[in-house]
Amino acid sequence: MSAFTTNGIDTKVKNASAFCFQDINKNYQSRDGLNVSALSNINFEVFKKEFVTVVGPSGCGKSTLLKILAGIVNASSGRIEINGMPQKGPSSEIGVVFQNPVLLPWRTILNNVLIPAEIQKRDIKESRKKAYELLDMVGLKGFETKYPKELSGGMQQRVGIARALINDPSILLMDEPFGALDAMTRELMNMELLRLKKRIGATIMLVTHSIPEAIFLGDRVIIMSPRPGCVEEIMDIDLPYEKELSIINSEHFGVYDRHIRNAFNSKAGLD
Amino acid sequence: MKKMTFNKRDFMLRASFFIFVIAIWHFTVKMFDISSLVFPAPAGVIAALYKGIVSGEYLLHTGVTLYETLMGFAIGAIIALILGGLIGQIRILEKILYPYIVAFQAMPKVAIAPLFVAWFGFGVTSKIIITATIVFFPILANTIVGLRSAPREQIEMMTAFTASPWQMFQMVRFPHALPYIFAGLDIGIVLAIIGAIVGEFVGAQAGLGYLILQRNFSMDITGVFAILIVLSAIGIGLHTIMKIIAKRTIYWSETSEDLRQQ
Repeated sequence: MSAFTTNGIDTKVKNASAFCFQDINKNYQSRDGLNVSALSNINFEVFKKEFVTVVGPSGCGKSTLLKILAGIVNASSGRIEINGMPQKGPSSEIGVVFQNPVLLPWRTILNNVLIPAEIQKRDIKESRKKAYELLDMVGLKGFETKYPKELSGGMQQRVGIARALINDPSILLMDEPFGALDAMTRELMNMELLRLKKRIGATIMLVTHSIPEAIFLGDRVIIMSPRPGCVEEIMDIDLPYEKELSIINSEHFGVYDRHIRNAFNSKAGLD
Repeated sequence: MKKMTFNKRDFMLRASFFIFVIAIWHFTVKMFDISSLVFPAPAGVIAALYKGIVSGEYLLHTGVTLYETLMGFAIGAIIALILGGLIGQIRILEKILYPYIVAFQAMPKVAIAPLFVAWFGFGVTSKIIITATIVFFPILANTIVGLRSAPREQIEMMTAFTASPWQMFQMVRFPHALPYIFAGLDIGIVLAIIGAIVGEFVGAQAGLGYLILQRNFSMDITGVFAILIVLSAIGIGLHTIMKIIAKRTIYWSETSEDLRQQ
């Protein structure tokens, strides 16, 4: 269990706070002029090097929550702290992986990975070196001069991950990154993500609607419910640190899975 | 429209169709004994074309028309791109300027061409200005649409990575607008020839439009046909050059053909 103490979080001694949501609300005007609450009183804290997953049915505001943290969307009220500092808009501390990888078709794979470095005006030589390393790390060595349309969906998403990591962010946000992939590729990507996590040491928040994915990847699972989007429950996941895909079939995994499903079902019954 | 691939079967098919059209033309004229004052036979047109080329007469007038076309196109395109860039970025400018632009566009340029000739004379200047006004609008409209149509997710991605408005323009909005801009330029270059000819019709001392009027007055219909062929060739040539430039510049886009507007 040496990997546990050096790379993972120790469940007894928590690390410092990576970011936290304090009373976050998000309202928007619907088309017929009604005030709709998308997020209501979101409060939770995520610690450094932790991997949290946010799971919930569509419409529970989980993607909105991620976008608020990324500074793409403004909250209606509440505050966010990132590394102990109040959040004001997008931050170079954060790398984002989008559901649709959102690569720019006129740029090569290498130049897509370099976008955040160019925006931040980092040293271009250093960044290129880093981009080559990252592409190697996500298994895309040799694809540097290709264009996005020449790559499969799974490969494009790997580029998205490399791009999010180019500026060494301390926080990595992933918005349903594997939602558009087929089940097999998705499981493969989950395994690779865990391996990647050990190498990069960033705090990760991943939003998904897949319950098994949330349990498999997360140290903690934030369970959200819709209308209005709020945190239903936060569940600690106690699975071996060195996970294998077969863990999904274990009894322990099944308990978590049923627990989350019940949380959703009881909520749905109230509707 | 056309694919630039050089397929042998395609080529044979096109060549045979061309010969077929010329043959139909020839036999129709001969069969109904149509006067060359009404509709000349292909052989006569080709002869006139040959004569015009070797005598150097076409060269002079083509040079004038081409100069007016290209200068007018360049000026109209540059103004449209700058204005389109500003309007595309600054919303309030659209509200202020667009009514005037649309009102100006609604005026038939043929109707205001005599004014330009009155103001700027019978030389090339008036033709260049007429051409520029005709070319202006499709390029402007396409530039604005292109700059505005960058996908929301790309904008969000750039925002998340802390892009400034200028970086957003330079790295996403402008490259995204390029296929639209080239569609506008392609429409513009073909319209530019029309602009130059319209200007020459109103009053000129040289140019292919001037030459057409001359031939028409002297009842040389064969000569008119020959010049029309020259004009077509110029149009095809300029359009092809534009396509090649577009293909090189927007190598990533497969849909530039679908973006043609108007």
